[in-house]
Amino acid sequence: MRGVPPVHPEFMLEPVFDNLGAGRDAIGLGSRRTAGLDTRHGTVLSLEDISVSFDGFKALNALNLYIGVGELRCIIGPNGAGKTTMMDVITGKTRPDTGSAFFGDTLDLTRMSEYQIAQAGIGRKFQKPTVFEALTVFENLELALKTDKSVWASLAARLSGEQQQRIDEVLATLRLQSLAQRQAGLLSHGQKQFLEIGMLLVQEPQLLLLDEPVAGMTDAETEFTAELFKGLAGKHSLMVVEHDMGFVGSIADHVTVLHQGSVLAEGSLEQVQADERVVEVYLGR
Amino acid sequence: MNQPLLVTASQKAGPRLSLAIGAVVVLLLLALPLLSLLPADHALQVSAYTLTLVGKILCYAIVALALDLVWGYAGLLSLGHGLFFALGGYAMGMYLMRQAAGDGLPGFMTFLSWTELPWYWAGTQHFAWALCLVVLAPGLLALVFGFFAFRSRIKGVYFSIMTQALTFAGMLLFFRNETGFGGNNGFTSFRTILGFDIAAQGTRAVLFLLTVGLLLASLYLCWRLTQSKFGRLLTAVRDAENRLMFCGYDPRGYKLLVWVLSAVLCGLAGALYVPQVGIINPSEMSPTNSIEAAVWVALGGRGTLIGPLLGAGLVNGMKSWFTVAFPEFWLFFLGALFILVTLYLPKGVVGLLKKRSQP
Repeated sequence: MRGVPPVHPEFMLEPVFDNLGAGRDAIGLGSRRTAGLDTRHGTVLSLEDISVSFDGFKALNALNLYIGVGELRCIIGPNGAGKTTMMDVITGKTRPDTGSAFFGDTLDLTRMSEYQIAQAGIGRKFQKPTVFEALTVFENLELALKTDKSVWASLAARLSGEQQQRIDEVLATLRLQSLAQRQAGLLSHGQKQFLEIGMLLVQEPQLLLLDEPVAGMTDAETEFTAELFKGLAGKHSLMVVEHDMGFVGSIADHVTVLHQGSVLAEGSLEQVQADERVVEVYLGR
Repeated sequence: MNQPLLVTASQKAGPRLSLAIGAVVVLLLLALPLLSLLPADHALQVSAYTLTLVGKILCYAIVALALDLVWGYAGLLSLGHGLFFALGGYAMGMYLMRQAAGDGLPGFMTFLSWTELPWYWAGTQHFAWALCLVVLAPGLLALVFGFFAFRSRIKGVYFSIMTQALTFAGMLLFFRNETGFGGNNGFTSFRTILGFDIAAQGTRAVLFLLTVGLLLASLYLCWRLTQSKFGRLLTAVRDAENRLMFCGYDPRGYKLLVWVLSAVLCGLAGALYVPQVGIINPSEMSPTNSIEAAVWVALGGRGTLIGPLLGAGLVNGMKSWFTVAFPEFWLFFLGALFILVTLYLPKGVVGLLKKRSQP
């Protein structure tokens, strides 16, 4: 946690840039977790005019999207609307043909590779839960943990007490303590989903991209996930792609509808559901 | 009622039992060269043939271990490890040829009426430089190949095919007389190593002990690696490379390190193989040799450290018996073995043993 920045004598000479994010406290967004990302303008992610085409098919078409710091945004849209492609662009898996993608105000995502983007603070959960199946739950979290991820560091790496504690904390949050030594491949679908979310949490990203996080979960698990995400918002920014409208309604304050690769509507879930064009897209014309 | 007790008992006995068996095997291997020094008419004397055979199998076991490190742990199936093995062997062979030739040119060069050594033979009369070459030749080749292959994200069967092509290209290159490595005859008729007679019992015994030493050292190194975070990252590369990238790791570095290390281990094994067997030629680089190495690992058990050693021992032991008893059936048998293992023993002999001990 970061307090109010000290007032320097230079205060009189130089303009004050709120580069420690303290101003966010003032507007009720909570303070930033890590220094380094420049989010002066209050947006953690800005996609501008992004187009991606595969063999002539426009998966994304001049897409514009902004995610605010600490925001929990839900993305909905029919199949083929470009939701997964958008996540691919943000995480560096796909390069956009045109347009710009910025993380914070300064990091150009179109010039970074997947692992650099992950290190910069964007975590991604895949549609199909992907965990390291041969390793235990604890080891999965150990690998995801935010730390020096170079080859040489891994040769001599030992978990510090603090890191151990951090993993235990996340295990407790996700109610996976009793499974810590279980091989991840033996977990149920829902448990794998939670483990993958846990792996994102120990990575301490500023922006979490979650692709259908509650697919295959029981009602109780879905409800628990909704509570979890609401707790995360504020400290982190979240972008959730989901088809389950009940779940979207229970978490989102802000919903974006994608259609044919661009934004069709934006607003609260009620507003969006009342929009005629959205109804048309979902029900067919 | 008794079963849980029995199970826990066998689980407790499991590691101790295998440790005990391992210790006995190591002691036997250490005793073997000493027994070979006994006079020829002694009942316990081990013949030079047996010693060479076991020494050869131990070199193969190191190759199997190295291959398992990249295949079983990091999921990179190499069908070209024979190349690294042969390069190490050729580097050592260059030194041995220079020793045998004295101040003159190696025999095959005089035969081709060459008057001076090619530049890459410079310094090979020094044992220390030959040792450097043993590490550098396979290591640098693996580094360059790995760098480009991993940068282009070549994986799975494409990677295997490329390694196969690499060793085949190497074989064709070394078959040419102009390459300067003795063409299809390769290197043979070595005389001395560091001034010692290469065929003497004492030299053989020392080479054998060195091989055992290298095997134990590689085993220890691999064990330390696989127990570390690095080892867990290798399994992560194998199981979900994408996930690993999105966790902030660059998988290229991890793959490259383990790939180069594996190649160097193969090179060292090749360097110990050549003086014991007394010959190295391009057929060591033939694709079938590298595929056979994959069979050893698959048969023994991928992703375990003992498995490949068992596999190399079993297959080569059977091979030396078969090729004497029914020489024409060996390849059929090898093929059948591979099919049977793939169908019924996906985890190899080690998997079978584990299943037995945990009913």
